Amino acid sequence: MTARTVTGRAGRGAGRDERRLGWWLCAPAGLVMLLVTGWPVAYSVLLSLQRYDLRFPHRRAWIGPENYATVLTSVFWWDAVGVTALVTVVSVAIELVLGMAIALVMYRTLVARGLVRAAVLIPYGIVTVAAAYGWKYAWTPGTGWLAGFLPSGSAPLTERWPALGIIVVAEVWKTTPFMSLLLMAGLALVPEDTLKAAAMDGASAWQRFRLVVLPLMAPTISAALLFRILDAVRIFDDIYVLTNGAQRTSSVSIIAYHNLISGLNLGIGSTMSVLVFLGVAVVPLVFVKVFGASAPGQDRGR
Amino acid sequence: MRTGPATPGPGTRGTQGVHRARGARGVGVAKLAPPLCGVLLCGVLAGCGSGASGAPAVDLYNAPQQHLARIVQRCNRIADGAYRIRLNTLPRGADDQREQLVRRLAAGDAGLDVLGLDVTWTAELAEAGWIREWTGADAASARRGVLAAPLGTALWHGRLYAAPYTTNVQLLWYRSDLIPSPPRTWAGLMAESARLARAGRPAYGEVTGAQYEGLVVWFNSLVASAGGSVLTPDGEHVALGAPALAGLRVMRAFARSRAADPSLSNTREDDARLAVEAGRAAYEINWPFVFASMAANRPELAARFRWAPYPGLTGTGRSPLGGANFAVSRYSRHPRAAFRAALCLRDPESQRVAAVEDGLPPATGAVYDAPGMAEAYPMRQAIMDALRTAAPRPKTPTYQNVSTVTAVTLSPPRSVDPPRTLRTLRSLIGDALESKGVLP
Repeated sequence: MTARTVTGRAGRGAGRDERRLGWWLCAPAGLVMLLVTGWPVAYSVLLSLQRYDLRFPHRRAWIGPENYATVLTSVFWWDAVGVTALVTVVSVAIELVLGMAIALVMYRTLVARGLVRAAVLIPYGIVTVAAAYGWKYAWTPGTGWLAGFLPSGSAPLTERWPALGIIVVAEVWKTTPFMSLLLMAGLALVPEDTLKAAAMDGASAWQRFRLVVLPLMAPTISAALLFRILDAVRIFDDIYVLTNGAQRTSSVSIIAYHNLISGLNLGIGSTMSVLVFLGVAVVPLVFVKVFGASAPGQDRGR
Repeated sequence: MRTGPATPGPGTRGTQGVHRARGARGVGVAKLAPPLCGVLLCGVLAGCGSGASGAPAVDLYNAPQQHLARIVQRCNRIADGAYRIRLNTLPRGADDQREQLVRRLAAGDAGLDVLGLDVTWTAELAEAGWIREWTGADAASARRGVLAAPLGTALWHGRLYAAPYTTNVQLLWYRSDLIPSPPRTWAGLMAESARLARAGRPAYGEVTGAQYEGLVVWFNSLVASAGGSVLTPDGEHVALGAPALAGLRVMRAFARSRAADPSLSNTREDDARLAVEAGRAAYEINWPFVFASMAANRPELAARFRWAPYPGLTGTGRSPLGGANFAVSRYSRHPRAAFRAALCLRDPESQRVAAVEDGLPPATGAVYDAPGMAEAYPMRQAIMDALRTAAPRPKTPTYQNVSTVTAVTLSPPRSVDPPRTLRTLRSLIGDALESKGVLP
């Protein structure tokens, strides 16, 4: 390969060699990344094709896609899928609206701007598990300040719909600041001149928001939504602390954890993990389809 | 577990005593242990001793138990350098305890030596190869004097995998001012409640109906009282059948009767206890800890607070069986010391301390005659009687799954639809036994 370089076509040959050298230099890092991220995924797939229950070490066997049939025909699994979808859609929708409102307030605040922004961000700075325990105790009859507002004898965390409501509230409380922070960055992208021009043309505040601000913010909004949806789909800590999946409030991550760790069933648990992985992978694809050019990662120059 | 299900309350863990049978209270195994240990240990431990003192450290992992430290101290004193037990306390919930143990055992963690096990975990840990079989002299010591029911919970396929420590049974606890003569059946209890309700007196009967282990225990005892069982004796197949149908009918009838507290589907052991102490309920099905609690909290009611055998379908029923045992981890580096330590931790004196100080009934029969027992356990004859017929929970390595799906299927009890619920149970428990069960 050095022959060419030597024979004079230095420019091109050197460039190609340099690029090849670059690949070689990157290779160790790439290999490590592949091992660290690729192998666990591949191993999960392998486990998902086996009957592998730690309680029956002698009955381990390859059973093909049987675990997938078991999981996909289980009512518990579809319950968890439903809960995950519900929590994701409801909490992200509320967060978007609330986050936008807070972003506007933060952006337009004239006094104590730094203080307002810091105050809004506090929930996001609290460790999720710690916050979840706060909610749990708040709703526990007898000890909680929130439970005190309920009729006596009610234990909201032990009933399905109230528990799901509390999970959504905890999620919204926790992540709305993140949403509003991202959206505020988007607001900064909207040129003040454009808004003034729209105002001159007689656009009302609502029209300016809907027809000028929102379209200009579309890339930011879609990025924020993508982040939040990916986050919400793998919801674990809030549910783990608040109900631990009781009364059919398991999310897909919780049910996978229960089968893998409590159930010691590596086959079924890995099958669920693979399905969650596929589900999470689908979300960005759907996003690109729905949001098209303004989806994050797309080349806007098209 | 996770799910509210499968978290036995304060009283579920029992103890099974192994040691010393009647009579010879003085010369326990524990007293013979130190010299014997010394001889056995010196070879094994030469290379792997730990701790500055040279005594191998034995890490005990147990559920929270207030006076366990006292038991540990006594054993360390008796051991006289042959071993040194370090007490590690597991989380409060039974599911969390199990989870920590199995997670570490699955990883081959050598930091666990003696494990305090709920009676329902024996099969699972034994089948997975995580706990050692008890053999020879240790097994003989562990079995000696232990009542049959607690001993059964430490066996898997006829082999001994744990040393019985405490045991427990549920009884019917009632107020004699409201119920002059306690009925022997669930139907009788429902009739009493109806009568009390008509008279405008406290009429509720408290049962553990929340979606957790307490509901499973209730169902298991109903099936056993009807003459059946959840699984076949080998633990490989679903039994259920007609007795289960009869049990489900009783459960549904009770949950829809005047006896059912409106919060039945949220009631755990402690809620049941509080409802009776508050004067809202006339009786409860519960573990014996409620007796001491009543005496402490409502002394004026305590004089009229009586116990009777667990109710059945046609006559006296078969009570749930609780308790806890000590096992030795497969990955222990000091198995000899661990076996010796486990034996001391559940010798008659240790069991007596656990019984009198912590309210955990002993597994060894002779301990019921020990000093202090008559005052702490005026109902001890009723406990012994109930232990003769107590219904153990299904023995299978997949008990966690069986229990969880059972609790989910039966909750709430008033929605039980006997034939349909039975079909669901059959299929879900069957799947669980095949490792095909999905946990919710």
